[in-house]
Amino acid sequence: MKRLLTIFAAAAAMLTLGSAKASGELFIYNWTEYTPPELVEKFEKETGIKVSVDTYDSNETLLAKLQAGATGYDLVVPSQNFVPIMIKEGLIQKVAVYDLPNYKNYVESWKKPEWDPEHEYTAPWQWGTTSFAYHNDYSGKGESLKEFFEPSEELRGRLSVFPTPDEVVSLANIYLGIPFCSEDAKQMKKVQDLLVAQKEFVVAYNNETMSDLITSGEALMTNHWNGYARLGRLAGAPINYAYPKEGVVGWFDSLVVPSSAKNVENARKFMNFMMDPVNMAILTENQGYGDAIKGTAQYYSEELKSAPEVNPPSDLNVVFAPTCSPKAQSLIDKVWTKVMQ
Amino acid sequence: MSNWLPKSAAGRRWLGLAPSYFVIGIFMLVPMVIMGVFSFLEPNPYGGVKPVGSLDAYVKLFFEYDLEDNLVFNPGYLNIILRSFQLSFGATLLCLIFGFPVAYFITLQPENRRNLYIYLITIPFWTNLLIRTFAWIIILGRGGVIETPLLWAGIIEDSLRMMYTDGAIAIGLTYSYLPLMVLPIYASLEKLDFRLLEAASDLYANRFEVMTKVVIPLCKPGIIAGCILVFIPCIGAFIAPNLLGGGKKLMLGSLVQFQFASARNWPFGSALSMLLLSAVVVVLIFYARAAKKREAMEGTA
Repeated sequence: MKRLLTIFAAAAAMLTLGSAKASGELFIYNWTEYTPPELVEKFEKETGIKVSVDTYDSNETLLAKLQAGATGYDLVVPSQNFVPIMIKEGLIQKVAVYDLPNYKNYVESWKKPEWDPEHEYTAPWQWGTTSFAYHNDYSGKGESLKEFFEPSEELRGRLSVFPTPDEVVSLANIYLGIPFCSEDAKQMKKVQDLLVAQKEFVVAYNNETMSDLITSGEALMTNHWNGYARLGRLAGAPINYAYPKEGVVGWFDSLVVPSSAKNVENARKFMNFMMDPVNMAILTENQGYGDAIKGTAQYYSEELKSAPEVNPPSDLNVVFAPTCSPKAQSLIDKVWTKVMQ
Repeated sequence: MSNWLPKSAAGRRWLGLAPSYFVIGIFMLVPMVIMGVFSFLEPNPYGGVKPVGSLDAYVKLFFEYDLEDNLVFNPGYLNIILRSFQLSFGATLLCLIFGFPVAYFITLQPENRRNLYIYLITIPFWTNLLIRTFAWIIILGRGGVIETPLLWAGIIEDSLRMMYTDGAIAIGLTYSYLPLMVLPIYASLEKLDFRLLEAASDLYANRFEVMTKVVIPLCKPGIIAGCILVFIPCIGAFIAPNLLGGGKKLMLGSLVQFQFASARNWPFGSALSMLLLSAVVVVLIFYARAAKKREAMEGTA
């Protein structure tokens, strides 16, 4: 009888231990290859919280998933122009980021962004630019968006463009001098004509293997993100990220907590963890985009400090896309469907 | 015997089948009803649907509003649908051309070795479709497995540019779905009485006539089943068109995906899916009728 009791006690102890462990969980839903494993391990070690990471490939996918009622995620990472939509649709919740201890590290110039002026919802992840990159063998210098949108003959069948309209149309707007989210059908017709003519030169619409396309020589020029182009270059691709004189599209990705999150406090712990310069520097080192946290630069490697993808010319025109009205969005979709059919 | 069981035999039969009715109901009917209902609603600007009835999604399949807001005929979506059908047809034909001889070859093997061959055919299925399709980039691509030796031997001077073409899509689809053609053809060939072939030869049929007049008619059900099994997934395919075709021309599958992601027009995506579904149903009805006719003919013969 006594032995039986001991077994029961042991089993009960194990059960409680198990459940104590299970309560410390955090589910992160982030872009592909955007969550460095060493950062996750460090967080797990410091807090004892078990982290799981799932991935998506575009803001649109994330929004569609949340709209369809996906539950179980505690943190997601939308870009700035999707944050207002998620707030409006009630998909994310207020978590008082301004109240977190490490909020003091937020770079002043990034504070009060228009998508979340009071920092009720968003904690910083990374910000970067969308432009194009070119092969060492390409004869141009990537000085103008003209080289990308109205390519020379050497790029026929050697040009790669992103497969979603979001950033491509924004970049075309910058080139044509048309405001973002235009509701003017005539202006959007110009964008359409430009993209239809560009298609003659396109070998593939791709936003995953751009650097591989350059390495194999399948493409001489491709749409690219600055940090991802750096990773390609470090892996041996003969690639150069371009800073065209007309400007580039900027984006700012933030950590937000979905309304359906189960581990809100753990999500806030992770937000606070990421606003510590030591941890943010690990992310920036790994990804090569920009961060919005003070004191990270002292932890950067020499390579990162001198990487051309992270150090744009000082006069670069970076334009952040706002959230488009439904009318503007439907024009963008019409343009894109025309280009694709 | 428990007394809660239905008394009648029919009732018991129904109870026995209840789990399968349940599975079909939950996994097939419910999603289809949701899709059907969504296709008749208005889209919510940021994804999802508004509970307001509307036929817009179906109008949009054939018409569009031009800059002056006039409703004009728009063949754009029909072109995409037509292109998907053409490509699926091509891939099905290629599968048949390559699949039939393979199935015939396996049938001619000694019985103990046939299973090994069937087993070998299914091996690629153990790997994810995405990875198998990606492998073709390495095979067909610039500096890939095909080009490099040819360049080295001086047979070609520049890249063949095989990747990111309709041909590459057709190859990818054919490769992906070939087993679905081989297996049903093999199943019907296996039952073939080979004495009939000898009989045909005895009656002065040459090899070609034996094939066209005896073998093919006898394994026609297998061929038709194989064609349907290949054709239907090809219509909705979007991995091969995106990875191997470079996503330059929208296929039906990618178009549906675009409506749910970028365009945030769920009703239109649902309407497209309903159209796809009806097309498939039409093909199946056609097949069922042909099968019935054949049975009737065999019955009277």
